[in-house]
Amino acid sequence: MFSRAYRAAITLPPLIWVVLFLLIPYGLLFCYSFWSVSPSQTIVHSWTLDNYRELFRVNVYLQTLVRSMWIAARVMTFSLLLGYPLAYFLSFYAGPRKDLFYQLVIIPLWVSYLVRAYAWKTILGSDGVLNTLLQYVHLTKHPLEFLLYSPFAVVLTLTHIYTPFTVLPIYAALEHIPRNLVEASHDLGASPLQTFWRVIFPLSIPGVLAGATFAFVLSLGDFLAPLLLGGPSGIMISNIVVSLFGAAYNWPLGAAISLCMLILVVSLLFLSEKLEKKWSFR
Amino acid sequence: MATTTEPVVTSAKAGLQPLLAIRNVAKSFGRNPVLRDISLQIAEGEFLTILGESGSGKTTLLRIIAGFESADSGEILMEGERLDVLPPYRRRVNTVFQNYALFPHLTVEENVGYGLRVTKLPKTEIADRVTEALAMVKMTAFAKSKPAKISGGQQQRIALARALVNRPRLLLLDEPLSALDANLRRQMQVELKSLQREVGISFVFVTHDQEEAMVMSDRIALLRMGELEQVASPREIYSHPATAYTAQFIGHTNLLRGEIKSGIVHCNSLSWRVGLPEGPALFSLRPENIRIVPPATDNADVNVVTFHGKIRHQAFHGATELLQVVCDDGHTLSVRTATREQRQGDLHLEFSPMDAVPVRESAISTSGERG
Repeated sequence: MFSRAYRAAITLPPLIWVVLFLLIPYGLLFCYSFWSVSPSQTIVHSWTLDNYRELFRVNVYLQTLVRSMWIAARVMTFSLLLGYPLAYFLSFYAGPRKDLFYQLVIIPLWVSYLVRAYAWKTILGSDGVLNTLLQYVHLTKHPLEFLLYSPFAVVLTLTHIYTPFTVLPIYAALEHIPRNLVEASHDLGASPLQTFWRVIFPLSIPGVLAGATFAFVLSLGDFLAPLLLGGPSGIMISNIVVSLFGAAYNWPLGAAISLCMLILVVSLLFLSEKLEKKWSFR
Repeated sequence: MATTTEPVVTSAKAGLQPLLAIRNVAKSFGRNPVLRDISLQIAEGEFLTILGESGSGKTTLLRIIAGFESADSGEILMEGERLDVLPPYRRRVNTVFQNYALFPHLTVEENVGYGLRVTKLPKTEIADRVTEALAMVKMTAFAKSKPAKISGGQQQRIALARALVNRPRLLLLDEPLSALDANLRRQMQVELKSLQREVGISFVFVTHDQEEAMVMSDRIALLRMGELEQVASPREIYSHPATAYTAQFIGHTNLLRGEIKSGIVHCNSLSWRVGLPEGPALFSLRPENIRIVPPATDNADVNVVTFHGKIRHQAFHGATELLQVVCDDGHTLSVRTATREQRQGDLHLEFSPMDAVPVRESAISTSGERG
């Protein structure tokens, strides 16, 4: 159909891109994770498993990883709890204003992530909007400290940022449900609530899984929100990786942690795709 | 306003009050009227077909009975009680959807049992009734399959079983056979009709296919541009169409426009006696009621109208053929006769005046005339 030259011409650029910016860096990351740092701060290019032993020996790494997963799980849950009803409303009840509402969901994505994280800082800070308001109405005497520099602040901010990522796939899944299935369910005697749980929700599961994966994976690797709003108790695994590659100058350990994260995330993506396939019927 | 022939109830099962009474139902979408003042009754155990072209409002009427749309005015009663005020899930009416609307995430068995499960019947009863329903449509072997794994005809049967298992008072069918190929379709027409007799549930069947309507129905309600054109049994509607539209839509016909003067119709060069008032008149004459006769019988019998014509076109239909015959006066008539190889020259033709059925002009001339 197309000449070999033509096919080569369209395949080659993306191939080069993938090799140059994905495969080679991952290869280097892999190699680094088995190397070590000498006391004189140079990379020793001899193979060792020390980094991986270190990772499991020092509590703080595993603790931070578990904390990161716990934060990501909460972000995922809250994003789904907020995103599902919104997507459901958009798909079933927004009527002619559907497109407008859809745009309203997307617009926050145009605002820089950094700006939104900073915005929460001004809201949650001890002299922030929320504390000033609470003191003004005499709900508290002193500013509430747990609002900022805490896992709470991180979960709140990440939920705000990633909710649109759950709304969109759920909305798409709901839009794909033929409306005559809803009518058929009512026709067979199912109330609106029964119809939701027996027909609409099961058929929207692929969207829920996609949204959950987005929210979880993106939060798990997040680095800015804990840096700006997390404080010492809200440190996440990416912050540790950043400091290992930076100030601590321990690239091999940083690479080992990154590789573990990568394996975790890729397995999650793989699992979620499997589940999505299982729950789609087209 | 089209008058409707009084319902001819074909079975003795019909009680004093109809199962379903539709009274003066009207519906518009925006400024576009879809149904105007529809009144129709459906008897217990009756197979009623709502027949109409696309856009005639037939599906809307069905959706109003099912409860998916609400009428702007008028009411619907089931056994004397208001049906139109109930939500769809409280009506003892079930629907077989045009593209079946089977739940893709449930097995055949779960689909059929859906209506029983949501009404929280005991598990054993559900299992028994599902088994029975699957046996009724001969789909027992596919109980554990997902809908995507079975053919269109099989999905059709499951949709039917899923509706009938709830023992509705009335079953609505929205062009359920339109997605099937011709052979399967004919087979399903027969099966559906015998199934309906077996279960004794009233069926309201929506279709645009007049042949299908004729084969299956006890009565046909012909809908045109949101109004009932005629409601009658297939035989009645075919042999005594009330309007020119009905005559043309159901079967094939010749419309003869004439003038009645002192008891005699003058239609082009033809004339015959009728007992109708003076003035312009329109008659429907079915092509099969015109006979080709040997020249010898060309006499002045008062009980037949005779004329001559030449064949302009001949269409072979298997057992019969349809001839376009140009009469001496220049008008063309369709004639249906048994197939014969050679036919040429002048034909001698005749028909009985009783076969020329007077019909009313249809209110608004149809856009695409069908014959």
